[in-house]
Order: sequence, then C-alpha cells, then structure tokens
Amino acid sequence: MSETARPKGGVDLQRRDMPTQDAAARVHNFEEVALGYTVELAMAEARRCLDCKRPNCVTGCPVSVNIPGFIRELAAGNLEGARAAIRETNLLPAVCGRVCPQEHQCEALCNLNKRGASVAIGRLERFVADWCALHEVVGAQTAPAEPVAASGKSVGIVGSGPAGLACASDLLKQGHAVTIYEALDEPGGVLIYGIPEFRLPKDIVRREIGEIRRMGAQIICDFLVGRTATLAELREEHDALFIATGAGLPWFLDIPGEDLVGVMSANEYLTRVNLLRAYDKRANTPVPKPRRVAVIGAGNVAMDAARTAKRLGAREVSIVYRRSRAEAPARHEELEHAEEEGIRFQFLTQPVEYLGNDEGRLTALRCRRMELGEPDERGRPRPVEVADSEFDIPVDLAILAIGQSPNPMIKDTTPEIEVSRRGTLVVEPETLATNLPGVFAGGDAVTGQATVILAMGAGRTAAAGIAAWLSQAT
Amino acid sequence: MYRIVERRQLVPDTHLLVVEAPHVARKVQAGQFIILRPHDEGERIPLSVADWDRDAGTVTSVFLEAGASTMQLAKLQPGDTLPTYMGPLGTVAEVERVGTVVCCGGCYGIGALLPIVRAHKEAGNEVICILEAHSSWLLYWVDRHREVADQVHVVTSDGSAGDKGLSFDILQQRFDAGQPIDAIHAIGCTFMMERNSLAALAKQTPIRITLNPVMVDGTGMCGGCRCVVNGERKFACVDGPEFDGREVDWTALVERRKSYRAQEIASLQQYESRGFLGSSAAVETLGERDE
Ligand code: FES
Repeated sequence: MSETARPKGGVDLQRRDMPTQDAAARVHNFEEVALGYTVELAMAEARRCLDCKRPNCVTGCPVSVNIPGFIRELAAGNLEGARAAIRETNLLPAVCGRVCPQEHQCEALCNLNKRGASVAIGRLERFVADWCALHEVVGAQTAPAEPVAASGKSVGIVGSGPAGLACASDLLKQGHAVTIYEALDEPGGVLIYGIPEFRLPKDIVRREIGEIRRMGAQIICDFLVGRTATLAELREEHDALFIATGAGLPWFLDIPGEDLVGVMSANEYLTRVNLLRAYDKRANTPVPKPRRVAVIGAGNVAMDAARTAKRLGAREVSIVYRRSRAEAPARHEELEHAEEEGIRFQFLTQPVEYLGNDEGRLTALRCRRMELGEPDERGRPRPVEVADSEFDIPVDLAILAIGQSPNPMIKDTTPEIEVSRRGTLVVEPETLATNLPGVFAGGDAVTGQATVILAMGAGRTAAAGIAAWLSQAT
Repeated sequence: MYRIVERRQLVPDTHLLVVEAPHVARKVQAGQFIILRPHDEGERIPLSVADWDRDAGTVTSVFLEAGASTMQLAKLQPGDTLPTYMGPLGTVAEVERVGTVVCCGGCYGIGALLPIVRAHKEAGNEVICILEAHSSWLLYWVDRHREVADQVHVVTSDGSAGDKGLSFDILQQRFDAGQPIDAIHAIGCTFMMERNSLAALAKQTPIRITLNPVMVDGTGMCGGCRCVVNGERKFACVDGPEFDGREVDWTALVERRKSYRAQEIASLQQYESRGFLGSSAAVETLGERDE
C-alpha cells in the first residue's frame, strides 16, 4: 500500500544526524541540547525504513510500539496517523523519543543495524510527537474509535512516574476509573524531579500528562501513601491497586566525612534544581552554587547531575568512577554530551574519604586509583586498589550518584506485603500481582533502579494483570 | 490549593497558621509534620503540627519567621491559598502509659508540644510541662498547656516570667530532688534538646526529641535530612522526626547545622531557634566562601 515510502534503488545507509545546540552555548542555558529533526530530515530518515516483514525492532521495544506502522505513516506524510500508531501502545512518545536507550532496544535489532546504520527510531518518534504537539493534534487520535463503556471499577495507582502513567492509560482505555496518588506537588515522578530540563523539557512532560488527564485520570498530589492514607485504606476505596513508587532511596558510600555540608545525593541535588525549579531565576529554592564539583558514579543520573552543575556555573566538574569508560553505565550519547561540555572524567578512581574544614564543610575528596581485575558475578571487571595511590581532589560539592533502592515507605507501613532482601516488592512475573489480593506492583519498586521505558512496560503488564483480576472479581 | 483559615502573629516573629487540609486533618497524630509551599515559586517548608480539627478538616502549625520563605508565609492572610500542603509526614510520637512524663517545649516547639502533652494525658500519664522562652513577651499558649497538663512550669532566660533559667534547670532540679520521671519529651531548638538529652542520659531516663534538619521532599527520597542515631544513618523525615535523644549523635548534628549558618544570622541562639526552617539562606552560601 505505501510502496512509495520504501527506498527505491538500493538501501540508504546514511543515518540522519539530529541537530544539537552548540556545546559552548548550551553550558550556559537549560534549554534542550538535542534540537530534533526538521521535517526534511525526518522524512529522509523515515524513508530509510525497509518496512521488514518480520520487524525485529518491535520485539526490542518494552511497550511493543508498532514501529514499521508509524514510520510507514510518517513516510507517507500522515503525521496524525503516525502519532495514532505510536499511541496505541505508548502514551509518552515525546518523552520516550528523548530518554529511551534505543541503541540497546529497537535500534539494536533494526535490520539495518547489521550494516551500522539502524533507522533512528527514537528521533522519529520524538519528531512525530513534537510535530503533532506543535500543530495541536490532540484528543481526536487519542480517543478510542468507540468510547468504551465505563466498567464501574476503580483502580488506585500509587506514584505518577512512568510505570503509574502507563498503567493508568491502559486501564482508562478499558473503561476503568483511575485515581493516581502522587506524594510531591506535581505528577511525573522521575520525569519531573529527576531528568533535567535540558534533556527532557518539563513542558513536554506536562503536555503528555495532560493527555492522560484528558482521558479521565484523576491525579491527587501531596498525598503520601503510607502516611496520608495507608495502603489498606486505599484498598478499601478501590477495586484494585497498583504500586509504582519507583526507586527513590539514595545510596551513600559509608566512608568518613559523609555528613559534611557539601555532600549530597544526586536525588537531593536534582530535585532542588528540577522539581523546585532552581534553574528558574524567579524561584527561591536554595541550590548550592559551588565552584568545584565531583559527581561520584557514571550512570545517566551522574551525567545529569554533572551537566546541571556546569550549567549552574560550576567552574570545574569531574565525574569520579571506579571502573573505566568502557564500563560506565550511562548512555553513550550522554557520556559524549558530558565530554563535549567540558566535564572531566576521573576513571578508575575510588573515593575513600571526604575531607572538611573546621566549619564542617567539604573541601576535598580523598581518592585511590584503581585497576581492573577479575570479572565480578555480573561479568564486569572488578576494580582493585592500586597501592599507595591516594590523592585529593579539591571540591566544594560532592554529589553521590551511585544508585538507589526502592523507597521503603510502602513496605514499612504495610507489614503484610512481601518484599525481597533488597527491599524490592515481590510480584508474580506474569501479572505483577503482589501477595496481597488485588494489589499489583511494578517498575523500579520491583526491579530496583532501571529505565523509564522498562517501567512503562511494567505498567502495561500490570494493567493487563489488573484488568484480568477485575473481570474475575465480578 | 489549600485555603488559609487563620494566620496571625502569636508573639513577635512567631505565627499561628491554620489551613484547610482535610487529607491531613483526617489522619494526623501527635509528633508529625507537614510540608507546604507559600506560593508557586516558593520552597518547601516543613512545619510541626501543633493542633488539628478533624471535623472542620483544618490543621494548625506554629512557625517562626526567619528567612525569605517564612517571611512570605507570614504575609499571607486568611482566604489566601497554598499550592502545596503535604502530610501528615514522619512517625507518630511514641506515647505509652509509663507514669510521670516531663514535656519540655521552647520556641515553635511550645506549639508542637501541645498534641504530645494531650497524647500523654490520654494515655493516662501524669504530665509536667516546662515551657521555656528568652523572655515573657515570647511566651504563648501557656493557658492551652495548663488546660491539659497536670503542672505547667514557665521558665525564661531573663527571669521576666516564671523561673529564671532553662527547661534543663527545672528538669535537673527534679532529678536532683529525686522526684520520679519515667519519660521525657523535648521539642524546640537543638541546643535545648541536646542539653535535656544529656541530662536524661545521665539519669538513664528515656527522652524523645524531635529533630529539625534540612529537608527537601519529606518522603525519604533525597537524604538531605540524614542524621546519625545509635550509630546508624537515619532519614529524619521518614525514620523520625522523633528519636531517642540519648542515641542521637549531637556533635555531628550540631556541626552540620552550625555550618549551614548564614552570614546574616547574628547568633547561634537565634539561628537554632529557627527550628524546622533553618535551611535556606544557609545553603545559598555554600561554596561562596574562600574568595
Ligand atoms: S527530606 Fe528528603 S529524604 Fe528526608
């Protein structure tokens, strides 16, 4: 049908680059780094898609977006159709197009990847979502063909991050009433308080959450489940519950000096900047304005914290990581952006102590050099200390981005719920049901810290589990 | 949006705030706190809960005006709204039937102490209140405490009302006189809570204190409120704010708070008495020294 969209005369192996803000300029602002495709670039990129009979890319997507379908519509110039195709399974395309690790998911499985030129699926997804938003294509394509009859069932969702939102959208489509409980003052979870403005503009998150509201979700903020109401109380109000509270308990290194002023978790730093809009001059949230910053860890959160510090005016920002660049868990794109922005990297470096002055403020990070040894149980080379290699990095602020575990609030206030030794909620893998009848859980609260899209995948799995449970319960 | 029902100055720089927040009023208990924002661009302010009315759906706090955010809060009038009012947060005060309980309150803590006094009375304890202030003109709610407690001692640093001294002095006198004290509650500035804790430790008497560190989210997410209790790292917003005063590492806590001191704050005493509110100006100065 859309034969014209197929590349004619051989395969186009030129993956289109996405324009970005120049590094020298962007370190002084909080505007988005990646600028997105122009219509011309998007069309050219979309036409590279081979529209394979067996689209491997789809199997690589945790929410199974109909990738060839949306690209086919896009290549044919039907932007609204492309958006509708994505939104069948993914309600946050503008977010996912920006923050998903496509290089490990859909794009890794693209048949053109064997020739080093996978279709830029993420960039196309982003383009479709942004174009439609700009042209105010809303609602019409979102509403199901025939409105589903209300089921008369209500589901309470604890947490308004990616898992909770994905679950909400699927349940709403099936006619269930949904109430989302959010502890902070704005819905979005990590999309709002974690990922910085220059990587994921908050207006985009708000726009996509707005669509879920339009679909009928009720979102109640300033509501901390466990305190404002217990899980058991909520269970009485709803026919089923979904716990999507994320992984919000920051880890510390447990080395001397951790209580000095100037040592903080990446969660604290990024929350102050993002949720409390410290990047906005009008807001009066206090955020430290240090000169020299060390960020400990090399995942995406570490890159976010380092690049934020740079934008807030820090002169020297270093990433301190005990393994080498090859093992850094951050996305390559994030590492590269950080390097371009002048973030320094101290690889094979392990902090052993925070040093402070007599006022209790941090002045330096004492570190040891490491070398890579035998692989650990996960196959990553184990860092081993180099003897007599201690040295100090002078810093005003040390930001810990070494990971986090699930927030213990639900488990502490719901003694009957089953948790693992790691503090994650235990669920049945197929349905995501917990040991409590009618209570489901998913996302980082179950897996420990993972990605936005995996959490969304879990939200969809749970929605299916909940729907099945609700139909049995009648 | 949460409507302010009442906001008025109790004594200079100390204000009463009553807010319509049924979700909090329904559930709140003695020892808990809330987090609010004075306006859309404002920072998050944690305040101890001093009273509530479950039927009317209102929650009362007493706060000290000390810094940009609480000054904004102090300007608001009945009918104005707050964009954020989250809670109840933190653990509930540990109250059991033990016999005789001494409850010490100072500064904003005179207000926050009231629900704890009530809870102890309801549990069947004999309650002795010690209310401390620098001077008579800083005292409030003495009558409200008298309505509930069995005895109320007033103590001022300048002797202008009640005895001259600190709550610690009264506590010590009772200990010295061999009068029975089965448990203590103290809420107020860090200095007061530390001294009373050391006195309690010496007499091996349980003491519950309410910590007031820097907070951001109040849900255990950021670790900004961390403190050391019994050799372990605790997050005051979820593991506390109430802890056993004998187990708190006061040196670390005082060090950490002291170094947050902002330039414009004249004395430690004044700074300390800022209670829950002491974070903001201080963080701004972080890193802006040595040049
Ligand atoms: S205030 Fe953030 S963890 Fe307590």
